[in-house]
Amino acid sequence: MTAVTQVAPPAPPAPKRPTSNKSRPRTASEWMLLAVAIVGALVVVFPMLLLLLNAFKSPVDYANSGPLELPARLDFTGIQTFWETQNFPRALWNSVFISTMVAVIAVAVSVLNSFAIGIGRVRGRTWIVLVFLMANLVPQEMLFDPLFKLYDRVGLLSNPWSVILTFVVIQSAFGTYLLSSLLGTFPKEILEAAAVDGASRWRSLRSVIVPILRPTLSVLMVFFFIWTWNEFLLPLAFLNTADSLTVPLVLEQLNGERQTDTTTLIAGTLISIIPTIIFFLVFQRTLTRGITAGAVK
Amino acid sequence: MTITPQLKRPKKAQDPARIPQRDRSKLGYWLYLIPGGILVSLVIFYPIVRNMRLSFFHWRGGRAEESFAGFDNWIALFSDQEFLQSFKNIVLVIIAMVVVPTLLGLIIAALLFDVVGRRFGGKLSSFLRATYYLPQILPIAVAGVMFSWILKPNSDGVLNQFLTLITGSTVEINWLGGQYSTAMASVMVLMIWIQIGYPVVIFMAALQRVDPELYEAAELDGANWYERFRAITLPMIRPEVFVVALTTTIAALKVFAPVFILTNGGPSKSTYVPSFYAYQEFIRGTDKGYAATIASAITILVVVVAIIFIRVQNRAERKDA
Repeated sequence: MTAVTQVAPPAPPAPKRPTSNKSRPRTASEWMLLAVAIVGALVVVFPMLLLLLNAFKSPVDYANSGPLELPARLDFTGIQTFWETQNFPRALWNSVFISTMVAVIAVAVSVLNSFAIGIGRVRGRTWIVLVFLMANLVPQEMLFDPLFKLYDRVGLLSNPWSVILTFVVIQSAFGTYLLSSLLGTFPKEILEAAAVDGASRWRSLRSVIVPILRPTLSVLMVFFFIWTWNEFLLPLAFLNTADSLTVPLVLEQLNGERQTDTTTLIAGTLISIIPTIIFFLVFQRTLTRGITAGAVK
Repeated sequence: MTITPQLKRPKKAQDPARIPQRDRSKLGYWLYLIPGGILVSLVIFYPIVRNMRLSFFHWRGGRAEESFAGFDNWIALFSDQEFLQSFKNIVLVIIAMVVVPTLLGLIIAALLFDVVGRRFGGKLSSFLRATYYLPQILPIAVAGVMFSWILKPNSDGVLNQFLTLITGSTVEINWLGGQYSTAMASVMVLMIWIQIGYPVVIFMAALQRVDPELYEAAELDGANWYERFRAITLPMIRPEVFVVALTTTIAALKVFAPVFILTNGGPSKSTYVPSFYAYQEFIRGTDKGYAATIASAITILVVVVAIIFIRVQNRAERKDA
């Protein structure tokens, strides 16, 4: 495990010296391989293109045309029905609130844990990391029945905090693991200098370590946000009132209802994808930098 | 590769700078573990202990009495057809979530990096990589609903209409509810579709470490694309292949949502996976003790697999060193 910070930028580095390589004409086989890569990418986005193609058809148009045909004319019935029958803004807000809270709190917990493990080098730290990592290994159905009862007893069911609390723990497992190994190699001179200047531990954590870690922490936050946003099983178990549902749950519920019109379902799916895509476009660079964080040896 | 070269730490006694640190004992650091410790014991270890204990009892749930069962539940597990079937399916899930995406990911990453990136420009390869990664960030529930729309059973289904168009005769295959083979295949296709971007991105990042001149030198020596892949790409990114295999295998053992949304375990329970089975037993079963046994068995399996993986990895590293 190494730092997030030192993973090279996404674009392949350009060769330093001018090579004959670039000027050499591209061969037929290279064009073929490019075609393969593009066809593969098209196959991957194809289902989403299908959604786009069909979300703006009227129910009649949808019934009479093939799924690969363009809509006869732009029609917003599906989108309108979805918007009117489902409280989507509410679900969007629930998802944003839960994911943001988890991202912020889980990063904070990870920093505290890894400060004790990586900098404090407390006794038995390898085991402590393993204990925290259990949160990542345990299958969620192991958690859901006991936690359901626990949250029921304290009145947290259908309350976003039941999900927030649970995923703070699950996400901070990865954060603790990553940050502990990072802080294990943190230059001691910096901390000693801070100590000489009279900084307490808390102070050097806050004003020395956290600022240096900031790029890594922001990557972690983006990750925790997306992972929590996509969660399904535990939110399904804990959030039961119409007001408390998250975006994936609303869509799943709509899918389960028999009388749901197909165009409404397609429109709903498309609308549910939009926030994710926006988020992806905004944080693309942070993300691709971050995915490598856990992987590079 | 580390961020900073490991600095030599002077012995404590010789170093005046450490004196303020020494006055305060290391005990102070334990305070920082309190919030995380409380949370993890409450949210993770309380359920583990509770379910492990419950696996030795029969319990109808609610206010019913628990009755001690000894190893009854655990013995029953190994002759339970549904449980065994769900484990057979896990093999297929591992093929769909680990084997196929890793192999395809290797090929695609090498293609994008070695051919597209070097010969057609980094912008294009970054764009294609983002495209492959897109399904990874979609909520699985949303991806599942999208696939179940495409796979609708009647002539309304996209795939059926598509096949009708190609073959010329009406196709009305009940992909998800008809028979085991098509239902399981559909679940597997969804999993491959979701997973493919993960190895692509990780392997491509790993390839950034490789000196581009290495590729050029190999090229000048007349090595073709496949030879470069075998001789340079594969050995360089072995650690990443390992990490991808570990993380996706664990995810495969715990898989739940694709089955829940696409097939709901059907037709006639044939596409059950262990997580889904445990969930069903907790919700609808008559013995929560048995449900806890299934969940405990998966937990033990996941932990064992993780430990084996990490052991093997450590050994491989020592050999390299």
